[in-house]
This record gives sequence, C-alpha cells and structure tokens, in this order.
Amino acid sequence: MTQTLLETEGLSVRFGGHLAVNDVSCQFHAGELTAIVGPNGAGKTTYFNLISGQIRPTAGSVRLLGEDVTRVSVADRCQRGLGRAFQLTNLFPQLTVLENVALVMQARQRKGFSLFSMASAHVEVTRAAMAVLERVRMDTLRDQKVSELSHGNQRKLEVAMLIALDPLVYMFDEPTAGMSMDEAPVVLDLISELKHDSDRTILLVEHKMDVIRTLADRIIVLHNGELAADGPPAEVMASDIVQEAYMGKELEHV
Amino acid sequence: MLTRLISGDTPRSPVLAALLGAILVALMFAPFLFPGVRALDTAATICIFILLVASYDLLLGYTGIVSFAHTMFFGMGAYGVALASIHMGRSYEALITGTVLGAAAAALFALVIALFSLRVRAIFFAMITLAVASAMAVLVSQLFQITGGEDGLTYRIPRELTPAFRLGEIFDTRINGRILNYYLVFFSCLMLFLLLLRVVNSPFGRVLQAIRENEFRAQAIGYKVVLYRTTATCLSAAMAALAGSLYAIWLRYVGPDTTLSFEIMLDVLLMVVIGGMGTLYGAVLGSVIFVLAHNYLQNLMGAGAEMFQNIPILPDLINPDRWLLWLGVLFVLSVYFFPTGIVGRLRANR
Repeated sequence: MTQTLLETEGLSVRFGGHLAVNDVSCQFHAGELTAIVGPNGAGKTTYFNLISGQIRPTAGSVRLLGEDVTRVSVADRCQRGLGRAFQLTNLFPQLTVLENVALVMQARQRKGFSLFSMASAHVEVTRAAMAVLERVRMDTLRDQKVSELSHGNQRKLEVAMLIALDPLVYMFDEPTAGMSMDEAPVVLDLISELKHDSDRTILLVEHKMDVIRTLADRIIVLHNGELAADGPPAEVMASDIVQEAYMGKELEHV
Repeated sequence: MLTRLISGDTPRSPVLAALLGAILVALMFAPFLFPGVRALDTAATICIFILLVASYDLLLGYTGIVSFAHTMFFGMGAYGVALASIHMGRSYEALITGTVLGAAAAALFALVIALFSLRVRAIFFAMITLAVASAMAVLVSQLFQITGGEDGLTYRIPRELTPAFRLGEIFDTRINGRILNYYLVFFSCLMLFLLLLRVVNSPFGRVLQAIRENEFRAQAIGYKVVLYRTTATCLSAAMAALAGSLYAIWLRYVGPDTTLSFEIMLDVLLMVVIGGMGTLYGAVLGSVIFVLAHNYLQNLMGAGAEMFQNIPILPDLINPDRWLLWLGVLFVLSVYFFPTGIVGRLRANR
C-alpha cells in the first residue's frame, strides 16, 4: 500500500440547521488522482474548504502526513504542503502575471520579510516563476495586469499558481470551468503530468465525465454532504447511486 | 545607479519624471532659489510632509489599512525631540535620543494597536486608531506640566542649527544655521523617502500589495497576513515619528496644533488621495500641491480680489477669507477628474 498523505476522519460541518458535510472519512494516497463528483450543492467545495482550512469543522479531523492539522491556520497548512486552486478565480488583479506567480515563489522561499532588497534583485524567484509560466504557456504575458487577462488565461494562471506552490496535496476545484475548447487541454495535460509525480496526491472536483474517465484513478461521490461511493472509476460509475444521483442529473441537463 | 536608488520604481511617464525632477531640484536648492524666511519654511514643510504622507501611503495605498492615528505617531516623534531637548539641555545627544525614543514609542504603540485590532476586520483598526488618537490628543492637552498643554513647548536646539550661527556667503545668499538645519531636514527626508521606496518595491512590499488585492488568497498561498499588516503598521508609525522629529527640529516648537491635530490627519489623507494612492510619487506631488496651496492660496486670492475690485460679487468670492472653500473645490475637482490621483492620471496617459 502506498503512503497516505491526507486523511479526513468523520469530517462534518453544520451551517445552521443544514449539514453541509456529514461524517466524511477518506484517505488520499501518494501517486493517486481522486476525482470528487456529486450534484451541485453536494458539499464538494465545502469539503475542500474544510481540508484547506477556510472553514473549521464542527466535528472530525484533517490529517496531513499523519499529523492533525484541524486547528492549523490556512497559511500554515499551505506551508506544510496543502495547495489549492479555486473554483472562482481568485488572484491579485492589479498585479502582473509574473508578480502573481512570483508571490507564490517568494512565499515558498520564505522571502516575504525581506524588506530592504529590491524584489527584482531576487533572480531565483523570478526564474522559478518564469519556469512555471512557460509550463502553462503564459510566459509571453508576464507583464500583463491580471485584471486585463481573458477569462481563460485567468483560469490558467489560477492553475499555474498551484503548480508554483509545488504542494504534496494538489486540490483543483473545477480547473477547466469556463475555458474554451483549445484552452482546456493545456490544463488537463498539466494535471496528467503532475500525476506521474508519484509522491504527490491530486484531488479534483470536476463535472465533465470524459475528463474524469481519462484522468481519475479513483472516484468518490458526495451526495447531500455524505460519502455515497468510493472506488475505481468503472465500478463507481456503474453503481446505482451514481446512475441515479449524478448521471441522472447530468442527463437531465442535456 | 539611479534606478537602484529609486529601487527600479521608475516614474513611467515623461511628465511625471519632469515634475519629480523639478521638485527635487527646487527643494535641493531652495535656499538659493527662493530667498526669504517664509519660502524656506514652506520648502522644509514640504520635505517633512512628503515623508509623512509617503509613510501613510505605505499603510493606506499599499496595504489597504485605514488609520487615523498617523498624526499621533507624527506627534510622538515631535514631542520626543522637544522633551529630550528640555530635559537633557541643548545638545545633539538630546535630538538623537528624542528621535530614537519617539520612533520606538510610535512603533511600540502601533504594535499594541495592531495586535489588538488587525486580527479582526479592517474597520475595527480604523475605529480603534481614531479612539486612541483622540485620547492621546486629550491627554497631551491635559498633562500640561509635562507637555505644555495647548501652548505646546519651546526649547533650544544646538546653535549650529539656528539663524544666529553665521558661516559666510555663497551666491549672494547668507549661509546661516537655518540653512544647515534645512539641509538636515532635506537630506534626512530624501534618504528616508528612498528607504520607503525600497520597502514598497521589496518582496515584502509585494506581499503588502497582495494583501490589499486579495487577503484571502494571500493567506492561501502561505502568507500570515496579520504579521505582515502588523509589520507595515509599525514601520509606517516609526517613519511618521521620524518625520515628526524633523519637524520639531525645524520649528523649535511643538504643540497640539502643529503635530497632533485631526486637521493634519485630514490633510495627510487628502494629500495621499490627490497625489495618487499606492504610489509614493503621489505623496510627493500631493504634498507639494497641498502645502503650496495652504501657504500661498490666500495671497493669490488677496491679489485676485484686489484686481477685480470693480466687478461685483467676484471680489467677495475670492476674498482671502474663503481660501478654505476654494481648497475644498480644488479637492472635489481633483478627485472627480483624477480618481486614481495625479500620478495615476499621468501614468494612464502614457
């Protein structure tokens, strides 16, 4: 059995009378890409928020590398290796593309408290940031203000920021949402490249079934905040609960 | 070399570069270019306000923190020098001790306020600074045995920095201690301004801007936002205190009206907004325009009123007593036409 990087145990959160996430226990292993599926409002993003620390759970715990991080701040979780990209683009709009990625790099290199040196003098930060931008093919946009980028490029930068973090646990929240047909494959290729890095684990919230079929090693299904199914893609997709709760819905949309 | 001095933060607009160059030259040679006590006083005030406004912009423009206690920190530096000069006698040691203690006290105060309020919502910080600054102003006017109350304090500074000290003449200008004092103010402000420029262009400055833009994401990529905000607050407070110390050395007087009043706080706020938030060059333009208007608008209007004395209504409108009204109109117009400040406007025209 490969190493368990991330584990949630009995994780629950209650908003007023509504149990948004209900007793979800799950383990995520190194070298594995887990797709998290479920209808809208099933608690997928809330589950992500609990793992990355934006929301504190009402019950249960989150463990990273066996260590309990349930009470640890968002910033600390990130430094320990929990990296997250957001569903709604969440960048620094008045800064340039390069500055956005460089911010991640200087956080990793612990240079945030360097007060009296010029930011541009930190060549290794700039170089590392440029390398990431080349990977997502955005190096030519380095000096563009983020607020002036197209939606697709903003989504790509969102992914680039996560890659720049180089975390143990990658959390993608619908990374290709709103992307055009020729932009989405770039991002999906990047994600499948990350898959080959065998000491990381990837969590992916995604609606597109073809994407899940090609990328996922495992699928978990959230339904009304509960863990409804967990297993290899073929098995989970064939299960009644998915046919009914998820695929059924998907078909209705079409 | 020059780009290193300004930390790579080039003006990015030929007009702005020309303006900044002209201001630098004018201030550098002010004693020779603009003779007279009042002109030199204006020039020194401009230097000090550039530093004060720039330090405020570090908070407001770069980090997105609204503080109303900035003149309190300014006052701490000023009173530090005044009290040290009174208790230690006329000496350079007194000036240095007062300056260092003033800046340290300001940073410490800022630290306490920040730790109490920056954890919660930003609006609390604004409210708490307002409360603390008001309390401090009342305290200073009540403790008149120590602070001189509303009358303020006068004290003596080393002779070399006073008009009584004469050195000789250059270009028909008498070099006296007052001019030496001016250059002490000018070069201190220039160096501290360049230091601030370095800070905002450092990795730290970049994090501050990230926090202003998107605090949530700054946290999510691993920055402890509270620590950064607190550091920025302390640094800004210490810089304001240093500006206050220089003001005290220049005026040889401190009082609530010159350093602590809420009016100065509003002036500083206006200077940041008029010049342009989030760029230290805005502090330069804002301070120059505002201080000049403050000192000369009345004269200008007086002259105008005389010129038009035969025309009805007009002389009344530009009566020197209405200068504050016109300053207000200028402010409204500038915010309306340049919402991003003068610097933002100039850079957009590139």
